[in-house]
Amino acid sequence: MSGGSDERIPVGPQHPSLKEPANFMLDVDGEEITGADLTLSYNHRGMEEAAQRKDYLQNIYLLERICGICSHSHTTAYVQAVEELMDVEVPDRAKYIRTLIGELERLHSHLLWLGVGGHEMGFDTLWHYAWRDRELVLDSLEELTGNRVHYAINTLGGVREDVEEDQFPMLRENLEEVKERAAYYAEVVPEEETVLMRCEDVGVISRETASELCAVGPTARASGVPTDVRKEDPYAAYDQLDFDVITHTDGDLLARVIVRLEEIVESCKIVEQVLDDMPEGDITGANRPTHTLSNMVEEGEAISRYEAPRGEDLHYVKSDGTDTPERVKVRAPTMANWPTVVEGLKGSYIADTPMIVAGIDPCISCTARIGVEVTGDAAVSIDGGDRKLSLDDLSDYAKDWYGQEVN
Amino acid sequence: MSFAMDLVYLLVFPGFLFLSTAGMAVQYVDRKLYAKVQNRVGPPAVQPFADFLKLLSKESIVPEAAERDVFVVAPLFGLAGVLTAILYVPVWGAEAAFAFQGDLVVVLFLLSIPSFALFFGGWHSRNRFSDVGTLRTLTQLFGYEVPFFLACLAPAMAAQSWEISTVMTTLAESPLALVLLLPGFFVGLLSLQAKLERVPFDAPEAESEIVGGALVEYSGRKLALFHMTKDIEFVVGAGFLSALFLGGTAPLYGIAGPVGGFVAFALKVLFVVVLLTVVKAAFARVRIEQSVGVFYKWAVGIAIVQLLIVIAAASAGIGGL
Repeated sequence: MSGGSDERIPVGPQHPSLKEPANFMLDVDGEEITGADLTLSYNHRGMEEAAQRKDYLQNIYLLERICGICSHSHTTAYVQAVEELMDVEVPDRAKYIRTLIGELERLHSHLLWLGVGGHEMGFDTLWHYAWRDRELVLDSLEELTGNRVHYAINTLGGVREDVEEDQFPMLRENLEEVKERAAYYAEVVPEEETVLMRCEDVGVISRETASELCAVGPTARASGVPTDVRKEDPYAAYDQLDFDVITHTDGDLLARVIVRLEEIVESCKIVEQVLDDMPEGDITGANRPTHTLSNMVEEGEAISRYEAPRGEDLHYVKSDGTDTPERVKVRAPTMANWPTVVEGLKGSYIADTPMIVAGIDPCISCTARIGVEVTGDAAVSIDGGDRKLSLDDLSDYAKDWYGQEVN
Repeated sequence: MSFAMDLVYLLVFPGFLFLSTAGMAVQYVDRKLYAKVQNRVGPPAVQPFADFLKLLSKESIVPEAAERDVFVVAPLFGLAGVLTAILYVPVWGAEAAFAFQGDLVVVLFLLSIPSFALFFGGWHSRNRFSDVGTLRTLTQLFGYEVPFFLACLAPAMAAQSWEISTVMTTLAESPLALVLLLPGFFVGLLSLQAKLERVPFDAPEAESEIVGGALVEYSGRKLALFHMTKDIEFVVGAGFLSALFLGGTAPLYGIAGPVGGFVAFALKVLFVVVLLTVVKAAFARVRIEQSVGVFYKWAVGIAIVQLLIVIAAASAGIGGL
């Protein structure tokens, strides 16, 4: 994929502008990027293998730790899949609580991203403002669940903790402020001259490219692809809520900023509806002691989709009828958005790299599964290094490693 | 006696000892105000000093691939430049420590030395990030130097002198002239911001892109010296601009003597520092070619208009020119 230049600049795997180990090789001509290579998964976390060694209930807490930001997304996607196998009906109140936490999570994730984006473009004041406002959301989450980041609210068949009516006023108050701040940023940020200089027409992904590369979440929506699992395949309480899918047509970084800011406002509206309509009733549909829940899972397989703050999160669970899953496969949203980064980098300036990478709100370690080189021969490298194996070798290696019989 | 006095000027006041203290004070004001604007607490007053001491105690590595001599000398070279520059800027009275016709040009030259030091040090440290950083430092230098020179030419033309002290005292007598020079002051401020590589013109060190640019390989003492050079350059640059555009130590040195003059100097430097810190907080970082564009599209134009204003005002006899 390299162009006609002779200088290559490595970005990552350890790089101060990336908080996680992504690895790019940029071919540059002066300040312009002529080509980009991406190496995924410098850091293999072995989450899926670990999931095969724990029972269904324990896995909730393991998978919650795939990501520090979309922790609720991963657990919800996972429990939805397992609930399908358990054949258990989740009560409405539990669905509303899941929606509530999910939207609060989207709020804090988008505000976090706004701060990171601000920092990457050298606008540290925006960063500190966004993160200050994010505290309001984190406080709300702490009030509701007892935790700021890993809420641990999901369980098989429902949620672990109920919400109280007297928590609502504080929530509404915080949200009102967040909404106000988001509306203010949505008004001010796109008019700031230096922000425009850095974001307008940078890293443009056309609607066609976004569809072709199967982009998800705000990245796709900023390019005008109205994809949103909450609308396409409603889960939790989303089929009973009224909200818009925010899209933008420009597909540049500025569009991604605007889409996320408007989604903050939209999320606030969703949370208000959830608080207004919160139904009475049980919070779990499985009328059994918690520790026996894992035994309810029947043989079969299930796929669950969830609209995480960063896009569609997909969990696949295969059960052999025991209390531990036979296979859990996670496709984090960042995985689907990586190709757009490579596409967006070409023709940009080196200076835009952090912004373009940050533009998809990447969660690199969530994505990390196995080292696959995008370029090179049809071989796979382990640890992203020189040790390359063919696909068959890799299969043998995996079976060997996992202690199964080699076919 | 005269030699002893020269030594005092160089090493104590307004030279090294004073400047290093003032540099830390300015760094503190900059960081504290920046933090306040961002709704943070900010560092305590001794933080800049503590940071400096800490760096001094750290190992100062010279990369194997680096050109050792250049790498080691570069920080001293930059520091020497700014320390010399202060000798021609009036700090306490109507006269600088040394003054002669043409010292304005010398100070302009001395103030660009830190950028060259940064370039030499960064380039010879043989690191890809510092390669990009130094190229940007140089590119930006071409952007801001011309408008900076043009802007500083305006007060010199207005006062018909190439001596900073004379320019200062002449202009201080006619407040209207200072008002007429405001566009030049604006260009001077922008250029100083770019010279110091601060937001929005911090592309050369862009920590989130090229990890600090030219200084990537520097550590310990040498890094501390570079930081100190930047702080001192801030003080000298601010003092230089306030002497040319704000009347420098006037009017207090006429009222309360050297102490009054120094207070006026300090207040005006503080004023420039506050302005540039607010600018730093209010913007995002522009790309290098955008930054050069800002200077050639706007700053040069404004500076030339400023010169025309001075010429017109002088021929019409306005503002005591």
